[in-house]
Amino acid sequence: MRISAVVKRILKQFIHDKRTMALMIVAPIIILTMLSLVFNGEDLELKIGVLDLPDQIVEKMEQHAVVKNVSSEDAIESLLKEDYDAVVVFNNGEKKLYLEGSNPSINRAVIELVKNSAVNSEEKVTMNISYLFGSDDMTSFDHFGPVLVGFFIFFFVFLIAGVSFLRERTQGTLERVLASPIKRWELVIGYVVGFGLFTMVQSAIIALYSVYVIDLKMEGSFFYVLLITLMLALSALTLGILLSSFAKNELQMIQFIPLVVVPQIFFSGLFNLDTISNYLSWIGPLTPLYYGADALKSVMIKGQGLTELWIDLLVLFGFSITFMILNIYALKKHRRI
Amino acid sequence: MKNFPVQTRVTKRYGHTTILDNIKMTLNKGEIFGLLGPSGSGKTTFVKLLCGIEEATEGEVIVLEKQMPDLNVMKRIGYMAQADALYGELTAYENLEFFATLSGVSRREQKARILSAMKLVDLEKELQKRVEDFSGGMKRRLSLAIALLHNPDILILDEPTVGIDPSLRQKIWETFEDLRSKGVLILVTTHVMDEAERCSRLGMIKGGHLIAVGTPDELKKQTDSQTIEQAFLSYGGQSNEN
Ligand SMILES: Nc1ncnc2c1ncn2[C@@H]1O[C@H](COP(=O)(O)OP(=O)(O)OP(=O)(O)O)[C@@H](O)[C@H]1O
Ligand SMILES: [Mg+2]
Repeated sequence: MRISAVVKRILKQFIHDKRTMALMIVAPIIILTMLSLVFNGEDLELKIGVLDLPDQIVEKMEQHAVVKNVSSEDAIESLLKEDYDAVVVFNNGEKKLYLEGSNPSINRAVIELVKNSAVNSEEKVTMNISYLFGSDDMTSFDHFGPVLVGFFIFFFVFLIAGVSFLRERTQGTLERVLASPIKRWELVIGYVVGFGLFTMVQSAIIALYSVYVIDLKMEGSFFYVLLITLMLALSALTLGILLSSFAKNELQMIQFIPLVVVPQIFFSGLFNLDTISNYLSWIGPLTPLYYGADALKSVMIKGQGLTELWIDLLVLFGFSITFMILNIYALKKHRRI
Repeated sequence: MKNFPVQTRVTKRYGHTTILDNIKMTLNKGEIFGLLGPSGSGKTTFVKLLCGIEEATEGEVIVLEKQMPDLNVMKRIGYMAQADALYGELTAYENLEFFATLSGVSRREQKARILSAMKLVDLEKELQKRVEDFSGGMKRRLSLAIALLHNPDILILDEPTVGIDPSLRQKIWETFEDLRSKGVLILVTTHVMDEAERCSRLGMIKGGHLIAVGTPDELKKQTDSQTIEQAFLSYGGQSNEN
């Protein structure tokens, strides 16, 4: 009865507060759309200058890059003056590759291209490439899209839940509510259910949009995506409420974001986890997004099911339960019983 | 009930500052008890101790024979805080509905209770208005309506009539007197002297001590004053409102 009163009140507040509702749904959608356009843009086109190269090699290179003959012998000058990514010079048996060099991924692509083109056609090995997960048409956005979907849901739910619980404290309604015979756990559960219902809708819209509109790779079942985002949102919401009791005002709540939310993205698989310094790598398994992102990748890229997911889901649920218990405990500050 | 509904012997400190120093007070059923004292003297603190949202550092606060805080007793208390605690995004009706459910008013009775409480504070036409669009006095009246919703046995009102016009204030005090005659204990804090005059008994808090308790007439007699205001001043209180 009291729980449902809290739930109803939270949902009504959302309905009356259209701007917050829009923020929670539209903002992630806009950012995801922008990111998809940023990363799914044109293929990288290399521009390479050549000097005295055998026609055979140039022809091969032209399949993948814009190749131009450089007039001057000064390869460096043409790199600086014109917009070449690299200049290849064959000079009296001496073979030289000058790279523009400021972008590591372009460097790698050029070296790869030049190497492959220089190989004698007889030596060319035809390889049968097969993908265990993913495919050759997978874009980099497909790779980190699932992580970003998880991140934005986490981010917005954390912020809104934290701020609204904080407001409850600063506007005195928390005290007024605690002067009624509601139990502390009833209040926490009410908050979790109320926000949970709303985030369910929010996550569903964001996930639907990511998969069907911006065409994020989606191998597994949509139902699992919903389950994971809900669990992730639950942990964000309980963490947000918990941390709000350490903030005096909205500004301080926002300052938790660079401290608590943003670092999670470092450990969520957006960057290669194997190269993280040992001093930091232990942090990853302590953050909810680590599990949420892993589970989302399993479903969306690898198409896996519950057998692979249940550990991630269980850990996320564990986080939520822990934060909830801590919340009930933190409310003791306001009323002992 | 043979016993007094409220009995306190309480000390409250924040850190090393003593706000209330061994306040002994007994309140009766069916009385309006007015709590007076200069600003910052600890009236709100005392009232919160009775509601169970603050806890005694030493001593005890017994309400309806239970040591506070106690959830079953809290059901029977109507509390109106000094600062309005309302949800601005919600309409008046939604606020009332929420607090009514929290205080345990059954769904069937809610509508009637809400209407009669709002009639009392003259807000029955504003039920569907959002609270953020209310004036200060309207918010005050809504807070009062919320405190009255569940027919509490004890009403604890922290400066209930601030910002309310004289004719409505008159009406509200008639309601208080009506409730008192039905056996409700009402505790009000106030800075308004003509309200103090209407209380059954008054208590004066100053410097953490309860320096005087008695009916308005007794207090006037003790200090040889014509009005409560004079009595208040001669006890050393500083009046900051008329
Ligand atoms: N949470 C708190 N921490 C520290 N001191 C507090 C706290 N709450 C109140 N006080 C102090 O306790 C004293 C009494 O405050 P209280 O609000 O009870 O006064 P009051 O009598 O209600 O005043 P007013 O008539 O202005 O409402 C004040 O000096 C105040 O600074
Ligand atoms: Mg006060």
